[in-house]
Amino acid sequence: MSMRNIGVVFRKELVDSLRDRRTLISMVVVPILLMPVLTIGMSALTIRLVNRARQDVPKVMILGGQDSPRTVTALKQAPGVEFVAAAENYKDEIIEKRVRAAVEIPPGFDAALESGETKKISIYYYEGEIRSQFASQALQGFFRSLRDRTVSQRMAARNIPETLLKPFDITPQNVAPPEKVGGNILGGLIPYMVILLCLTGAMYPAMDLTAGEKERGTMETILCSPISRTHLVLGKFLMVLTAALATAMLSIASMAVSFKYAKSSAGGQMADARRAAMANLTLDPKGVIAVFAMVLPIAVMFAAALLAISLFAKSFKEAQSYISPLMIVVILPAVAAMLPGIELNTRLALIPILNTSLVSKEIVTGTYHWNYIAIIFASSCVYAAIALFVAVKLFQREDVLFRA
Amino acid sequence: MIETQDLCKNFKDKKRGLVKAVDNVSLRCQPGQIYGLLGANGAGKTTTLRMLATILTPTSGSAKVAGFDVVAQPQNVRHSVGFLSTATALYGRLSALEMVQYFGRLHGLDEGTLAQRIGEIFTRLEMNEFRDRRCEKLSTGMKQKVSIARTLVHDPPVMIFDEPTMGLDVMTARTIVAFIRECRQRGKTVIFSSHVMSEVEKLCDHIGIIHNGKILTEGTLDQLRQRYAMTDLEDIFVHVVGDGR
Repeated sequence: MSMRNIGVVFRKELVDSLRDRRTLISMVVVPILLMPVLTIGMSALTIRLVNRARQDVPKVMILGGQDSPRTVTALKQAPGVEFVAAAENYKDEIIEKRVRAAVEIPPGFDAALESGETKKISIYYYEGEIRSQFASQALQGFFRSLRDRTVSQRMAARNIPETLLKPFDITPQNVAPPEKVGGNILGGLIPYMVILLCLTGAMYPAMDLTAGEKERGTMETILCSPISRTHLVLGKFLMVLTAALATAMLSIASMAVSFKYAKSSAGGQMADARRAAMANLTLDPKGVIAVFAMVLPIAVMFAAALLAISLFAKSFKEAQSYISPLMIVVILPAVAAMLPGIELNTRLALIPILNTSLVSKEIVTGTYHWNYIAIIFASSCVYAAIALFVAVKLFQREDVLFRA
Repeated sequence: MIETQDLCKNFKDKKRGLVKAVDNVSLRCQPGQIYGLLGANGAGKTTTLRMLATILTPTSGSAKVAGFDVVAQPQNVRHSVGFLSTATALYGRLSALEMVQYFGRLHGLDEGTLAQRIGEIFTRLEMNEFRDRRCEKLSTGMKQKVSIARTLVHDPPVMIFDEPTMGLDVMTARTIVAFIRECRQRGKTVIFSSHVMSEVEKLCDHIGIIHNGKILTEGTLDQLRQRYAMTDLEDIFVHVVGDGR
């Protein structure tokens, strides 16, 4: 094994790739810009949209209630909603978003409140539509407090103490340290992004260094030089790996800066729990190094697999059509790790990508399961070695190198 | 020196089944001599030359280049060979200088020798003016010079040219032809493939006519003229290939 030869190939590929605009975009521009957009941009946009929806006063219809003037009068004074005249087609109006919600007061409601009879109030709204949900919440709030007031009055009339209905209080108390809460909310995103960016960062150089060479006619030029094909593929592999890791490192650096900025600027506008989580979510250098160590074999696997797949292609375009579906194969397990309720176990620890994603999520929140970390690192190394072996073997096959 | 004995190369083709691209080719080319492999497209010229350059492995038979076996000592063979074809393109994003340096380093030259060799070649081929320009920005003629410099950087005793003038304009093609002659003068062993009769007629000391992977006839131009009682190489070629069909 000649390290000199591998080094010569690596240096040339590095210079060549750094002069390629597509590689530069995927390796440098995307990770640096994507992170601030995702962290600051998306959260700022969400906050802004929710606030705007909150400021809008939703239009609401009252259906029925002609014989219950007391309730209707009180309801019309409820804050946060604007009442419009009732219409037959109230459901269509809600679906068309001209009216956000409607409340149906059954006949004899005021009388029923007096007599103690039970009646049903129906609220019509558009599930998943934020302004409609605000309107529905306002209406529910009004009727809940009316119900509470009615209960208090009835108990007072019968001389029954209110504690009869409320024998104890329930207070949920969070014991998870704030950094772990933050980790759970946003921590899943970090390994996901690092893994995905490792893949996207490696994609263009992998295609350029193999299918690109075939397309441009330089493959034959390099094959007639005395370098062995194993050294050639290892030099190329190191370049693709460098691109993958550089992309991931830049994304982490960009993310650290974005978090710092997001905490100071957008934090004030966030909901309390999220703000607390955000304020405590700092990227602990030890955690970041550990995540990188876990992602390293995955990056090796990506680099080798992408090289092998794109070497098989005759042209850059063909390589793209092979590699695009691979994105989904990688995204699925990485996304699965972000789903709530998925926890590491021995079986999941053997599934590539998903295992690293899960264990990295825990590492980010400061939890280190050393037995899982060992299994996952070892299994990822095995997958990476297989991918690299396949790539080296494919470079020896002339039917692949000269596929017509 | 190039010497092949019953060299064969088979390919598997989905439609045609087993294809004998090169079928028992035996040839010999001496130092200071140009061997011309003359054949139509698909005759087996490129495959033969690729085997000599160790880019492809023979299915059977043997070949020795500069005394090294193409199967057992492929790296030694590649160290001894300069291979130039229209398919051997340049790295567009490297400069002319970087391109030649890269191949010099791959041939194991130390930086001192490399700098000296590049200085000589760049001066001889008048390349200094564009040495720092990226290959993608060069004219066809300049690109050919860079390719020539790439094949010469390690000063190989054997040169293999696979249709080196295909698709080139007259002036660029003349540069290549002159370069091939110069190789012979310097005592290098040269093998050259073409389907252009005039080029082969002008350049080659020894001619082999290849068709369907087989060498149908070979000899000096005079020997071929005598053998077939014809003066024009094209007539000889059509006559030989016609018989071979």
